[in-house]
Amino acid sequence: MKPAAFSYIRAESLGEALDALEQYGEDARIIAGGQSLGPMLNMRLAGPEVLIDIMGLKDLDRIEFTDDGAMAAACVTQARFMGRLELPRAQPLLHEAMPWIGHVQTRSRGTICGSLANADPAAELPLLLGTIGGVVIAQSKRGQRGIPAGDFFKGMFETALEPDEMLLAVKFDAPKPGSGVAFTEMAERHGDFAIVAVAAVADQDGVTLGLGGIGPKPIVKRFDGLAERDVKAVLVGLAKSLDPQSDPKADAAYRRRLARELGLQTVLKAMERRHAV
Amino acid sequence: MAFHHIGTSPERVEDAALLTGRGRFMDDLPVPAGALHAAILRSPHPHAEIRGINAEAALALPGVAAVVTGVQVKALTRPFIVGVRSPIDHYPIAVDRARYVGEPVAVVLARDRYVAEDAMELIEVDYAPLDVAVDPILAMDEDAPVLHTAHGSNLVSERTFNYGDVEHAFASAAHVVSINTVYPRSLASPIECFGLIADYDPHEDVYDVLTHFQGPFAIQPVMAMALQVPSSRLRIRTPPDSGGSFGVKQGVAPYAVLMAVAARIARRPVKWIEDRMEHLTAAGSATNRVSTLEAAVMADGRVTALRWDQVEDVGAYLKAPEPATLYRMHTCMTGAYDIPNLAIRNRVVVTNKTPTGLNRGFGGPQVYFPLEQLMRKIGNVVGRDPLGIIRRNLVRPSSMPFTTPSGGVLDSGDYGALVEQALLEGNFADLEDARQRARRAGKLYGIGYAACVEPTISNMGYITTVLSAQERERAGPKGGAQATATVAVDPLGGVNVSISSTPQGQGHRTVIGQVVADALGIAPDVVRVNAELDTGRDPWSIASGNYSCRFAGAVAGAAWRAAGELRTRLARVAAAKFDCPAEMLDFRDGKIIHRENTNIGIDFKRLAGEGHWAASTLPPDLPQALSVTEFWSPDVLQPPDDEDRINGSAAYGFIFDFCGVEVDRATGQIKIDRYISAHDAGRLLHPAMADGQSQGGFAHGLGAALMEELAYDADGGFLSASLADYPMPTACETPSVQIVHRQTASPVTPLGAKGIGEGTTMSAPVCIANAVADALGLEQIDLPLRPAKLAAIIEVRRL
Repeated sequence: MKPAAFSYIRAESLGEALDALEQYGEDARIIAGGQSLGPMLNMRLAGPEVLIDIMGLKDLDRIEFTDDGAMAAACVTQARFMGRLELPRAQPLLHEAMPWIGHVQTRSRGTICGSLANADPAAELPLLLGTIGGVVIAQSKRGQRGIPAGDFFKGMFETALEPDEMLLAVKFDAPKPGSGVAFTEMAERHGDFAIVAVAAVADQDGVTLGLGGIGPKPIVKRFDGLAERDVKAVLVGLAKSLDPQSDPKADAAYRRRLARELGLQTVLKAMERRHAV
Repeated sequence: MAFHHIGTSPERVEDAALLTGRGRFMDDLPVPAGALHAAILRSPHPHAEIRGINAEAALALPGVAAVVTGVQVKALTRPFIVGVRSPIDHYPIAVDRARYVGEPVAVVLARDRYVAEDAMELIEVDYAPLDVAVDPILAMDEDAPVLHTAHGSNLVSERTFNYGDVEHAFASAAHVVSINTVYPRSLASPIECFGLIADYDPHEDVYDVLTHFQGPFAIQPVMAMALQVPSSRLRIRTPPDSGGSFGVKQGVAPYAVLMAVAARIARRPVKWIEDRMEHLTAAGSATNRVSTLEAAVMADGRVTALRWDQVEDVGAYLKAPEPATLYRMHTCMTGAYDIPNLAIRNRVVVTNKTPTGLNRGFGGPQVYFPLEQLMRKIGNVVGRDPLGIIRRNLVRPSSMPFTTPSGGVLDSGDYGALVEQALLEGNFADLEDARQRARRAGKLYGIGYAACVEPTISNMGYITTVLSAQERERAGPKGGAQATATVAVDPLGGVNVSISSTPQGQGHRTVIGQVVADALGIAPDVVRVNAELDTGRDPWSIASGNYSCRFAGAVAGAAWRAAGELRTRLARVAAAKFDCPAEMLDFRDGKIIHRENTNIGIDFKRLAGEGHWAASTLPPDLPQALSVTEFWSPDVLQPPDDEDRINGSAAYGFIFDFCGVEVDRATGQIKIDRYISAHDAGRLLHPAMADGQSQGGFAHGLGAALMEELAYDADGGFLSASLADYPMPTACETPSVQIVHRQTASPVTPLGAKGIGEGTTMSAPVCIANAVADALGLEQIDLPLRPAKLAAIIEVRRL
């Protein structure tokens, strides 16, 4: 469990990081908190020639809460974001769900953007971004572009980022007034990647339901005008339509069961938490 | 003699260093000049011929010193010897055939581990995959692929035993109740993996290995014979600290041999630190076992006979001391019960899996899992609560010491009284109410029980029960279990103690300090205990080491006796000085004082110094009063008799556990509502450590119950090579156990102490399984109780 040799660049400026990305492309990996990439390097599951460490870039340490959403730049750790006083009001779903991400120790180094860029199908943050909605800011020497949350995740560990692009920041949309949220997940141990994770946002017009751990990327469904009495039937139908993977921990039938049962609990809880504006 | 320190719970002398990051573990120790770092290339195949190994590219990599393969190792070693005679050749590295995923195939020696791992990727091995034998039952089929062609079959040992009149008991039984169980593989997983520094001195032909090998040191001769040197030329030294073992670090032995040979070949010292993936794949594991157990039961629930059929899967090789996992418990196959008739059929099978070895509980979980599920099932059959069946069959205090049909001598205890005490202190009545309330609220809630005896201080002879009486006769008798301790005074009255118990984090040095301080009437801080072992210098025996819960009973007992003998000698020196009988002198508060005339006395340190400074004034028949080395072996440990009866352990603790669990209907996840573990482990030397052992033993049992399994697919592929695939409970998943104690001093051990470290690892898996089966309305259930499995049961049974 020792990594193969690699070159290490501690970027002193964003320009330096982007230069290196342009130069090395697919042979380079950005490293921020390193909570996923570190073990992958040690197990030689990842073997980049160049590691570009961006944690020294103070400009990328910003968190902003505005009326239209919450922004976290590339170096914002999960722990720091969770500790912001604005979070419960501004982003109630993130507030509820983030304690499920790993442990205190991993959250104190792991970044929000790093987890998104890693795009693990069972990780919480990709699911949360997909459910809440928002935009990912990608930056390269060619320029900057915004990628809508729904277009960002392409598959297992795959995103819309080009080899010369880095994830500069993420913006989560502000919740609609009066909406209720709920989150739960099933893992054998606290802090593990979820077998199935469920996030729900209920607003006055309907419900957005996100499912993690089911497919190669988060599944997000919108049910407009959903009434409480119909939730069960909708979830039974949805669970039947899913085609989850099987692994030694959990087979497809179990994942469908969790999607149905936890989906039901979570959607109902989110609907119950709606309030008048 | 009054105890001032024994039975109290002082802070551990070990902890200040450990808690401040100053422990001295294998990887912290200095490396000899010129040392090479080893990485092991391991077989990706469960079963394959090795047609060739091309290491040219690896050897060409800068920084690589050598690549060692099986052919080279074979030339310098002999196969390991084992307790069962069979033509199975086991070397510490595959020679011409790999038989499990993770078997060493080549060792790269390089200037650091990074380069060694780079080089490993450059080695080309020409494998020809072979058919596999994975399931132990299928592996016994006539047409199953055979692992060791010289042996001709995967069945390496079969013995049957018959004690009492089993046929008659079954013929006259009101009910015959039976159960089939499959116990999975798990691993106790110490936080520190294996590590060692090996060297070879060609001038004196001496191998020297520094490693946290935990014993039993019966394996030292096994290693020396493999290395083809007199055992005095294999020196094993242990580091100051070891990051846990739970039995597992016995498994470093084959690697010690492998790296000793590698050092000889490379003519340089070799350091090897095992990583976690290697550890999970190939360190060893507890045995998986398939058991069939039948009971002859009277109408009132009394069990009159048991008939066992056990198939033990030891993996690809029979690795010493296996098949000890099977035979350790031979002595107590009737558990905590008075069951007069017993039949046992034991089969040992090799399969394409990692060879097994010591793991906390060692054989206990595999036995109690069927036995205690069967007791529950008997309750259902005769229409009584399982608790009633347990109470009905427990060995009674008036029968103590109780001889089991297979020859075990349960030394002491009032089992029934501990059960009642546990039910009372654990508020059992409230638990029954909780179950009723939960069920009324539509929840899946169950209660489970387990009653077990915990054998402590293994008889070196128990493994020979695997041989027939004739074979034993030829091999010579084996029995006993020598423990040793040395207590010495220095010129200023400081007391130095050395023990051969190779602690792995358990606080042995603290407890020995308490024991010796009480024996000599001095303060514990005057006593300094050294637990590092050097087989080339220190007193030790083949029974030395850290296993079978032998510390409290045997090693602390030996230290007590050594200190007692030193006290006797010092008393004689003082008696001569004061011209009084030695019996009139008391040792307390750092002084030796006349019991009647307290004006007569001398400081301990002053008296101790006389043995150094004034040896000429000692009583003429007293050779010295400086140092005593005591060996102690319990006389109850004899070799097996001609009828295959064996007392496998010196003393036996008793455990009674019960718990309440809720199974989440939606997810199948288990929540342990309450868990109570009651122990009679004899006299407790350090109650807080005893509680720690129970809580830790529970955590291991909980892991085995809920989630841990070293899993293989049907093709022999290994599925659990990382901690993501081999989940273990963390602090978040491990509830606090309510621990209940009762202390019945053992008549066998010097201090009346028994072990307590393994008990709850034996009891918790079946106790939790019984509770889950109760919650789901099942007759029985196998492990691990992973949520997906339980959810499927809930779905099928429409619970």
